[in-house]
Amino acid sequence: MEILYLDNAATSFPKPDTVMAAMIAYQQNIGANPGRSGHGRSVEAGRIVFETREALARLFHIEDPLRIALTKNATESLNIVLQGGLKPGDSVITSGMEHNSVMRPLRFLEGRGVELSVVPCSPRGELEPDDVRKALRKNTRMVVLTHASNVTGTILPVEAVGALLRDRPEVLFCVDAAQTAGALPIDVEKMRIDLLAFTGHKSLFGPQGTGGLYIREGLENKISPLMMGGTGSRSEFEQQPVFMPDRYESGTPNTIGIAGLGAGVSFVLEQTVGTVRDQEERLISRFLSGLRDLRDDVIVYGPQDASRQTAVVSFNIRDVSASDAASYFEDNRGILCRPGLHCAPSAHRTIGTFPRGTIRFSFGFFNTQRDVDDACAALRELVKRKGNHRS
Amino acid sequence: MTTHNDCVVLVESVSHALGAEKIIKGAGINCKLIHVPRHLSSDCGICLRFRADDRERVEALLQGKLHFFDIKLL
Ligand SMILES: Cc1ncc(COP(=O)(O)O)c(C=O)c1O
Repeated sequence: MEILYLDNAATSFPKPDTVMAAMIAYQQNIGANPGRSGHGRSVEAGRIVFETREALARLFHIEDPLRIALTKNATESLNIVLQGGLKPGDSVITSGMEHNSVMRPLRFLEGRGVELSVVPCSPRGELEPDDVRKALRKNTRMVVLTHASNVTGTILPVEAVGALLRDRPEVLFCVDAAQTAGALPIDVEKMRIDLLAFTGHKSLFGPQGTGGLYIREGLENKISPLMMGGTGSRSEFEQQPVFMPDRYESGTPNTIGIAGLGAGVSFVLEQTVGTVRDQEERLISRFLSGLRDLRDDVIVYGPQDASRQTAVVSFNIRDVSASDAASYFEDNRGILCRPGLHCAPSAHRTIGTFPRGTIRFSFGFFNTQRDVDDACAALRELVKRKGNHRS
Repeated sequence: MTTHNDCVVLVESVSHALGAEKIIKGAGINCKLIHVPRHLSSDCGICLRFRADDRERVEALLQGKLHFFDIKLL
């Protein structure tokens, strides 16, 4: 049986060949520790890391590539921002569609005296920008928002929220772009983003263990690093450097992963985000229309409008648990998907599927219309079987 | 006479050195990454060597674009 991988929202598969080639080339021909010496191989390794930063800067419209710290994933980036940037007495606003990589640090900080306001979203996961404005307090220090939900694919109005925060320059705007970096256009200036947390292994096509954090100029003085240690710079001092990106990059980096990430981002830049988005929109539109034909048996969550969501759809089949459906899809159709709560209990409460969860199919740039049709056929088959059982 | 001498740009980190190299080479000026000479800094990092003739241009190119500590004669 052929495998149909529909779990791209967890991590993308496959990766472009150039990603594996870049990783092998680094390890075979370079292999040295970047930024730790002036010898040729070390400089070459440093160059790979630098070029990855440059590609990311181009993608997100960041002027200075050194404003990007490379991390191991979006979770680390979000923890740096939240744990390093919020203190007791500060107030922080977030949405009802967040991933646990935002909610868990925030709930932890709430226990330490940070005031947390969770702005509710509609049952489709939509956020009204004006509700964010209404939640602003005098002591609001930060607004943290996912760019798109990993459960329903709902795209949140990041640009509109950024615009309404223009009158409040002291409020930091942090965006979790785990689901959208590489898949939707992101412009930190146009969207007034101060802090952009992204992961490398989804739509940027890097390997797992890669990610990053953009920090607007000057904010490195206000956000403490989570980890301190050797950076290869300022070795004469026993204090952590205050400058970017070294402040947040202690310890030997994942250079082989960063080599792969650089190739992945270059792939996205060559294809262009617009092309990626068009392809994914076509796929999701076709899948949504297939789901509409099954509306008596399949409950679909989220916007159900390809132009307002990423290539992610959550649904449930009447009288079948999400995990049974997922097992059925894998055992009978080779479809790999993700049932359950997707690390986002808050989002599932918003859409009314807590604690039952949903089945999530998430497509990627390398999927074809035929994959979508196979997914629809699998769904039809399961629905039909269930009907036979009942009668 | 400094015309036959070289200068170096001293920077915070290898990332900065690579950034500076890009800017300077981008303007068509020759430069090379080298180990920081011991007499200039106790740090073990790298710096960027270029011809002293280009000093003013290099300084102007980097100013406001990339943070550097100093430009020194070798
Ligand atoms: C919306 C969202 N935020 C954050 C994350 C965390 O990303 P990572 O696991 O790469 O840290 C994910 C994915 O797992 C996500 O979908």
